[in-house]
Amino acid sequence: MPKLTIDGNEVEVEAGLTVLQACEQIGIEIPRFCFHERLSIAGNCRMCLVEMERAPKPVASCAMPVADGMVIHTDSEAVRKMRKGVMEFLLINHPLDCPICDQGGECDLQDQAMGYGMDRGRYLENKRAVKDKYMGPLVRTIMTRCIHCTRCVRFITDVAGVPELGATGRGEHMEITTYVEKALSSELSGNIIDLCPVGALTSAPYAFNARPWELQKTESVDVMDAVGCNIRVDARGTEVMRVLPRLNEDVNEEWLGDKSRFSIDGLKRQRLDRPYVRRDGRLTPSTWAEALQAVKAGLAERSGVAAIVGDQAEAESVFALKGLMDALGSPHRDCRQDGAQVGHGSRAGYLFNSTIAGIETADALLLVGTNPRVEAPVLNARIRKRALRGRFPVAAVAPAANRTYRCEELGADTGTLKAIAEGHHPFAQVLRDAARPMLIIGNGALARPDGAVLLGLARRIAEGTGMLVDGWNGFNVLHTAASRVGALDLGFLPGEGGRDTAGILDGAASGEIGTVFLLAADEIDMGRLGGAFVVYQGHHGDAGAARADVILPGAAYTEKDGTYVNTEGRVQLARRAIFPPGEAREDWRILRALSEYLGHKLPYNDLDGLRAAMVAAVPHLGRVDAVAHADWGGFGADGEPDGAPLADAIENYYMTDPISRASVTMAQCTEAFLGAAEGKTGTDG
Amino acid sequence: MSTDTDTPVAQPDSFVFTDENRQLADTIIARYPEGRQASAVLPLLDLAQRQHDGWLPRVAMDHVADVLGMAPIRVYEVATFYTMFNLRPVGKHHVQVCTNLPCWLRGSDKVMHACKKTLGIEVGETTADGQFTLSEVECLGACVNAPMIQVNDDYYEDLDADSTAKVLTDLREGRQPKKGSQTGRTSSEPAGGLTSLMTVGGEDA
Repeated sequence: MPKLTIDGNEVEVEAGLTVLQACEQIGIEIPRFCFHERLSIAGNCRMCLVEMERAPKPVASCAMPVADGMVIHTDSEAVRKMRKGVMEFLLINHPLDCPICDQGGECDLQDQAMGYGMDRGRYLENKRAVKDKYMGPLVRTIMTRCIHCTRCVRFITDVAGVPELGATGRGEHMEITTYVEKALSSELSGNIIDLCPVGALTSAPYAFNARPWELQKTESVDVMDAVGCNIRVDARGTEVMRVLPRLNEDVNEEWLGDKSRFSIDGLKRQRLDRPYVRRDGRLTPSTWAEALQAVKAGLAERSGVAAIVGDQAEAESVFALKGLMDALGSPHRDCRQDGAQVGHGSRAGYLFNSTIAGIETADALLLVGTNPRVEAPVLNARIRKRALRGRFPVAAVAPAANRTYRCEELGADTGTLKAIAEGHHPFAQVLRDAARPMLIIGNGALARPDGAVLLGLARRIAEGTGMLVDGWNGFNVLHTAASRVGALDLGFLPGEGGRDTAGILDGAASGEIGTVFLLAADEIDMGRLGGAFVVYQGHHGDAGAARADVILPGAAYTEKDGTYVNTEGRVQLARRAIFPPGEAREDWRILRALSEYLGHKLPYNDLDGLRAAMVAAVPHLGRVDAVAHADWGGFGADGEPDGAPLADAIENYYMTDPISRASVTMAQCTEAFLGAAEGKTGTDG
Repeated sequence: MSTDTDTPVAQPDSFVFTDENRQLADTIIARYPEGRQASAVLPLLDLAQRQHDGWLPRVAMDHVADVLGMAPIRVYEVATFYTMFNLRPVGKHHVQVCTNLPCWLRGSDKVMHACKKTLGIEVGETTADGQFTLSEVECLGACVNAPMIQVNDDYYEDLDADSTAKVLTDLREGRQPKKGSQTGRTSSEPAGGLTSLMTVGGEDA
């Protein structure tokens, strides 16, 4: 390991680090704009200049690898002068519009100008002005502020894998642009807002809405997909103003998908803020007491009760609902409203066992019925990160898609999957040759009548190609619902003789199931509920609420403390950032209150009590931020696939749940991206 | 300047290399190692510009990107960086006047004035008949024969106001003016005749 001297301290650091990183390791801060740990090195802002002995000129510490015997000065008179000089140049063309800039208060340029810049400007000539660019409905541009660090270009090109941004022109005329004025077609485009060190790229929906110091910051987790990205919810008063990613190397690094970041305006629209009871065919506002009484009356009139859990329910409310269903003596419950055939058999059969960080150590990948780019964009970025390192054959048995990395498209025919499982497909050999092969099966394969058979084929592939070796489990299920793994862990599956989602719907249609309880479940075909008495507990007036006979207004993910288990089986806590609107309540409280009305009082009075009971039932739910190891075992079914080709699990990334469907921003994205795609098929053939 | 994007340009709907140029493009691409086809972007853009009346519409850049398997934005970056790629239409004769220091010291102001007067246009403009576009450019590397102008691929050197006007008039009337020095010297020999290498092995050359 090279030894070098930084400001008189002798330090030994890992080879391959840059001088800037070495300085950071011993706690010396080097100002920078273009350097970013997760992006390629550009070395073009020059803010990180340091003095190196025996070098004729100052060196850019971000681009200078450490070497033995280097003597670095970061705080000499010369370095201070260099920084002042660089800062002065950067500010020459930067407008002095901080008071009207959304970046104000969290701007690298502002902060570093305070720390390293001069106290006055000497530049009297005209500043340059740059036309603003169109980058879609999410990213607002004020390009005159741009200092050409090219972080956005490097992110979009390298991490997002959608090379649509670039720097055109040269010198004074250099501009960051798409050149063709089109919306950035990446599901991760919002991250360039965080990366921009100045106010050139800002959030369009958040424009002029708040200042960072007014916001109350709550650390939470995202529920728009099953990755469980770590987020920070910034709220002011009763309103969520924005959502930002939070660093978690194991899950989302520091990225966040656009839906998770921008669908929050949906939290303010279409909300259920008071109970409703259907009277004479019309939903009429009521009190909590009336609503709970109506549920009791409805239940009493009919036989057969079933419950379906939605995609964003936290483990606590699932546990409470399960307790209630057990108390009512009903085995008819399901947490798989999409009909995914997972959950039976060993726990490893429904987890992303390799872990997300583990993707980086894999050396071959087979995608089955999944397009991670739309189902879990952040996870897809991890696959791309691995793919960029090379020697990573990827193949997909799924509808063809632009996945942002090279992928052998094997078609959507389930016969191909069978051929791989039987070992006579060429890709089976690729998997066998790999040391740490992995497979990701998604809802496109699982949420269909023969899903269990396909899951069984995937298990055979995992077992037959050496995916289960010491310390490595290459079998992965990529869920799309944030609630799914938690609910499966809690066993929210049909009990002895119980019906699954399809069975419940059939039962409701035929009258055998008299009452259906929907815990924020909106993705089922409401038309099939027949004449059943429907209780909808949720936060948005979506499909479920429209069909409901009683509406119990619950809380959205930003409004309650809850435990979520992501697709890896990682237990994470979401925390309340704001209170639910109006008379809406946290979901477990509603269930607790309802249980009392129904005469089956649940045995806990507060969240701590509930959690203690939940952890007693499923111990690993108490180990927050940890992934409990899942032993391999049997799961899936034997048999023949039914022959239908695999389909995409998600058609429109921007609208998958009640919150994003209520979001104006997501509607704009849908129009900008899918609307354009439809237009293309018409005109471009 | 090629980055002038203020006024929109009427863009053609499509561009493809002619069969001949496509063959030439393949020859150029073959010069680079497998997987490094993108290296051919400059010669291919030049080829496209020559095929398309001296300027590069967006569809031409897209076509080059397609041929080379590059992201279009990477081609836009290259095309906008190099000032010799014209991103808006130019006249049949693209008159490029060097006004850098050596040319300026040798009278490029007069050359520029003569161009404006003869053509009746300002820098950046094109004559109404589409014959001439006038540009001011940076050093073209012919300082020894300053002042000079470049018209399309040809240099006209050792100019003054009259010879500039004559070159342009010839071009306008369809005659090919003499290329290179307009004062009669060969390439960049000393203007007053040879001053060195007068003898070979002690004998007069």
